[in-house]
Amino acid sequence: MSSFWSIWVWVLTLGSLVAYVFLLRWCLKNFTGVKEGESMGHSFDGIEELNNPLPKWWSTFFLLTIIWAFGYIALYGLGGWSGLLGWKSSNQGILNIAESKAKTIENLAKDSGVLVQYDREVAQANEKYGPIFEAYAARTIEDLSTDSEALKVGQRLFIQNCAQCHGSDAHGTTGFPNLADKDWLYGGTPEKIKETIMHGRKASGMAAWSNVLGGESGVKEVAAYVISLSGRSVNPDLAKAGKEKFALCASCHGPDGQGSLALGLPMGAPNLSDNIWLYGGSQRAIEESIRNGRAGVMPPWKDILGEQKVHVISAYVYSLSQD
Amino acid sequence: MTQSNTSAVDYNFNVVRQFTVMTVIWGIVGTLVGVLIAAQLIWPALNFDTPWLTYSRLRPLHTNAVIFAFGTSALFATSYYVVQRTSQVRLFGGKLAAFTFWGWQAVILSAIISLPLGYTSTKEYAELEWPIDILITIVWVSYAIVFFGTLIKRKVSHIYVANWFFGAFIITVAVLHIGNSMVIPIAGMKSYSIYPGAIDAMMQWWYGHNAVGFLLTAGFLGIMYYFVPKQAERPVYSYRLSIVHFWALVSLYIWAGPHHLHYTALPDWAQSVGMVMSIVLFLPSWGGMINGIMTLSGAWHKLRHDPILRFLIVSLSFYGMSTFEGPMMAIKSVNALSHYTDWTVGHVHSGALGWVAMVSIGAMYHLIPLLFNQGRMYSIRLINVHFWMHTAGIVLYIVAMWISGVMQGLMWRAVNTDGTLTYSFVESLTASYPFYFIRFLGGVLVVAGFILMAYNMFKTIGAKDGSLKAIETA
Repeated sequence: MSSFWSIWVWVLTLGSLVAYVFLLRWCLKNFTGVKEGESMGHSFDGIEELNNPLPKWWSTFFLLTIIWAFGYIALYGLGGWSGLLGWKSSNQGILNIAESKAKTIENLAKDSGVLVQYDREVAQANEKYGPIFEAYAARTIEDLSTDSEALKVGQRLFIQNCAQCHGSDAHGTTGFPNLADKDWLYGGTPEKIKETIMHGRKASGMAAWSNVLGGESGVKEVAAYVISLSGRSVNPDLAKAGKEKFALCASCHGPDGQGSLALGLPMGAPNLSDNIWLYGGSQRAIEESIRNGRAGVMPPWKDILGEQKVHVISAYVYSLSQD
Repeated sequence: MTQSNTSAVDYNFNVVRQFTVMTVIWGIVGTLVGVLIAAQLIWPALNFDTPWLTYSRLRPLHTNAVIFAFGTSALFATSYYVVQRTSQVRLFGGKLAAFTFWGWQAVILSAIISLPLGYTSTKEYAELEWPIDILITIVWVSYAIVFFGTLIKRKVSHIYVANWFFGAFIITVAVLHIGNSMVIPIAGMKSYSIYPGAIDAMMQWWYGHNAVGFLLTAGFLGIMYYFVPKQAERPVYSYRLSIVHFWALVSLYIWAGPHHLHYTALPDWAQSVGMVMSIVLFLPSWGGMINGIMTLSGAWHKLRHDPILRFLIVSLSFYGMSTFEGPMMAIKSVNALSHYTDWTVGHVHSGALGWVAMVSIGAMYHLIPLLFNQGRMYSIRLINVHFWMHTAGIVLYIVAMWISGVMQGLMWRAVNTDGTLTYSFVESLTASYPFYFIRFLGGVLVVAGFILMAYNMFKTIGAKDGSLKAIETA
């Protein structure tokens, strides 16, 4: 903040507070020339005004709030000056979570963290809750997935951080996978689940195939074939034509549409033969996927939650698909 | 009702009559939309899957209708009436006064059409898009010319305190509206603010809180300063108190905006000074309440017979309550609990339904017989019924929102022994439903009261001139 605006704020704010004191002093005295309690002598449409004194409790209380205001401003600052306490709500000029974390650690190390409320609260939370999560982190995900206390913690973290997309019951919705079945895009082992949560996933991207497949007829043919993979009845001629074109899809979805995971590939292409549909299984939805493509993103949670909490969430998610 | 012998002046009451009738009509419309959206929060299907009936579009329609249609029409009506009578001259500006009526109704009509269609600047209480903003500016400047023109040619030496408040409200609302509505238009009904990020937020709440402070407080204090002494037939309690609280109130409100932005990207010092000035504002706010209520000293018995005075005095009690609650909620650590909860909604409505609506309703019941050549309203009993319906409605509304607001705040911050949050957001929503229903009932009572008022008004207007005789009280 430039010094001009700092001075502007200082003069206006403190000047006003001082002015209130003078205003109050002026009106506490009877400057009107009329005896107290009597009419001021002007009448407006029949309304008169009395010259009653200010209520004492009122003027005293008003003065006290002004005095308090000077004190508070002295402690907490004004117009670019951060006050005698040097208190800050948070670190300024932070651009991302990693910078924020680094700054907090740096501040706490040189003790100035006590002045930044955010740092102080982070430190307090770490001290209080850190040991709980450290203890969990020392155990394997399989082990935690049978510990009912750990699962409760994991479920709460899931509801606060994951349910927005995957649902409170983790059953997902269009575009967001169901985590409670045995159908996985990137793998359902404890390690893979943790990797997904820690680093996020970005689907390699189902391209828009409309042009390559020769327009709408090609889209309909491939869609018919894809539908037939999960045993639903389709126009056999369309499906036959679609099967030939499916060779284009096989590099990610596999020759039989069994998905990239079954092939040991990392691009997250869904299994098309199990009648589980990430973007909807209706003919229309499938055609839409082929025509315009799809691209799903799972954000990385490492920086937001930290590895220890991700570890516990992983155990919860893993437990959902165990019988 | 004593009238001074000023009948020689040919007052312009036509524009006052127009604004008075529209105040009551817009009162019904504004609160009815409010009740509909309150019902939608319980039964979402009430939007009938129609885009222009969705909560997101009707909520700004509700706020605009009650603030700018109902409240501001009441301010136009009363300020035009009061400035003429206390200056003892006819309204300045001739046809310009009529233009402010038709111009303002055009603003309201454009709001009623454009908001449900989804046109919005996204700024709270300033949602109307730039062409309408320009119309508002033109009407408002005309309003200022008419009002101050009348004051300048007044026939009395002093300016009455009610006019100080009306004047401050008119000037400041012009400054706020122009300041906050600075945009770059990119299409006929689309624009972007010229202010970036946190500065835009600060401008918005400088405007937003002073819409409350000047339009909904200073302006209505103007109403109070004329109609309370007039209805009570008592002198104003303290001239010197009115000086201190006027100057302190109109200057302090300007700082209070940042308390809407606690714990945001606004600089810490700006949040602190917003809180400090909000607290210093507490006593000057109460100055108006003291002056109003103490004006009744020696005339308390009138409350037993006069439901109009009851509206006016109870409005001051709600004013006192909200202006205590406001500074308290501006304290950062209280705000940490109250912000984003229904407590805020309850606070706003104790001000809007308790203070703004009640003082306006009282003033309208005082004005309607005078403007339409009657000695009294068609039915005093119906005024009394309206009073109790309105009061019961407000109490249901505020209490429900206090409980749900504090409950939400506590649920959102509850943590388990492992540091995780105890409740998900949906759990706090489910817990709020019973209170949403009570709020809805309160709203229904308020709307029903307004409809009763409209009936009473039209019966009074329709009665033969002078046929309703004033009732002599002992």
